[in-house]
Amino acid sequence: MGVDASSLTNKQIRDSICVLIGPLNTKNIPLVPETTFSIDLDLDSLTVMDLVASIEDEYEIVLPLNMLPDMENIQQVADAVEKIVKGQ
Amino acid sequence: MSKDLFEKFDDHPMVKAHRLLPEGMPDPSAVRMDEVHSQTEATIDGRRTILVGTNNYMGMTFNEEALEAAHDALRNFGTGTTGSRVLNGTYIGHTELEDTLREFYGTKHAMVFSTGYQANLGIVSSLAGKDDIVIIDADSHASIYDACAMGNATVTRFRHNDASDLEKRLSRLPAEAGKLVVVEGIYSMLGDRAPLIEIVAACKKYGASIAVDEAHSMGFCGETGRGIAQELGVEDEVDFIIGTFSKSVGTVGGFCVSNHPKFEQLRLVCRPYMFTASLPPSVVASARAAINALRYADNQRGALWDAANRLHAGLKGLGFKLATDKVESPIIAVCLEDAITVAECWSELLKAGVYVNTAFPPATPAGLYLLRCSVCAAHTSEQIDQIIEKFAQVAGKLGIRPNETRPSGEESKKEQDRPESDAAAATG
Ligand SMILES: Cc1ncc(COP(=O)(O)O)c(C=O)c1O
Repeated sequence: MGVDASSLTNKQIRDSICVLIGPLNTKNIPLVPETTFSIDLDLDSLTVMDLVASIEDEYEIVLPLNMLPDMENIQQVADAVEKIVKGQ
Repeated sequence: MSKDLFEKFDDHPMVKAHRLLPEGMPDPSAVRMDEVHSQTEATIDGRRTILVGTNNYMGMTFNEEALEAAHDALRNFGTGTTGSRVLNGTYIGHTELEDTLREFYGTKHAMVFSTGYQANLGIVSSLAGKDDIVIIDADSHASIYDACAMGNATVTRFRHNDASDLEKRLSRLPAEAGKLVVVEGIYSMLGDRAPLIEIVAACKKYGASIAVDEAHSMGFCGETGRGIAQELGVEDEVDFIIGTFSKSVGTVGGFCVSNHPKFEQLRLVCRPYMFTASLPPSVVASARAAINALRYADNQRGALWDAANRLHAGLKGLGFKLATDKVESPIIAVCLEDAITVAECWSELLKAGVYVNTAFPPATPAGLYLLRCSVCAAHTSEQIDQIIEKFAQVAGKLGIRPNETRPSGEESKKEQDRPESDAAAATG
């Protein structure tokens, strides 16, 4: 990624996560901050894992497995990513 | 009234899959062997059945020396130790078995656990502490995932068997943090091998320690059967080899070998080693005899690879899609369309006198539905031919046209795009 991730706003991060979710959102569920991965989007754990990997690659960060239980919706992931990129 | 604690299982993927089994079909998770005639035959449902799903790769369950040694130990030392290795549960046999492992692997240290599951649980959770980072292959065995859940380390994964993905992820980690990479030599579900040379190189570049679980490669990979690390000539660069006695050694138990100068300290801190009873003396004695036999088991190794090649070629000839294009291990997994097809095929095979394993997501990687065969050195060519014949019959009977399972042009692409699995639920 070319841009300086640390200057991104929470909303920008959320939007880019939504872009990554796009191809997985086969039922075209409207994506809002509260949209959950397993219930609303009905993603199996396999797909969630792939999504995590692509978010990691997008920001060149590590989203530890230990954090997954606390990342149920889009906002929570955006917050976690923001915290990591700003902390770097 | 408080909630029924069992309610949560209603949505568990394994429970859901189980519920889908058609009425009257035998349950793949409830097979009973009433008599065991040899390493390759048992009586199931009153029928003499060829076993080709046992992980008994080297046929050690009926090895004469192992049987003899177990008998002697049983007589001389009793049926069990009734205690932990760190209390009253270390008999002479346990330390002799550790000597045997040290000799077999040519390492300075060896530690025996009560199962391979506990060996992974103990080694990974003890080595990687609060400020450390464990990096595991996404398709890791359940015991490795559980070890991560048990420990306090930060856990991250890389794409299955992808050394460059591992390297990329290592490069993102803080340089000063302690790092442990955990991989398997051969992966139990698909039978594919780890590119250990490249993985080891990535670990060295970033100063990470590496543990290799050789559960499904010990016995028949490498010149003297130590596993993939031996075969690929990277043993000196592997920090910890973890293994089990429940496959090629033909009994039960687990171990870890290493040259790390402080390895013995693990005996004082590793909870899955300390807080469980040690292996019974008879098991210890048979493990020791079997490991000694493995070193010189060139004939069995040859027979095993012959049987694996024969089965792979036969099933491929029938048009089945196999998990590995070439023979990478004695695990030959047949990929079918869906869970019902797997269950039906499995049950027809059983009725025809052939036992294989079934495996479904989320226990399988890439959402694959598998009939998983594991070949034994004791399988005769006639048995392998019979297995192939039964597969052909069953496919015919169920109207499965294996070569049409997937458009062939898609295959190579599919392979590349293979997503990571939720092997957290894996059982192999
Ligand atoms: C890769 C792997 N590691 C560890 C184990 C656990 O071995 P054990 O049966 O000794 O607990 C298994 C088998 O179940 C396995 O497939």
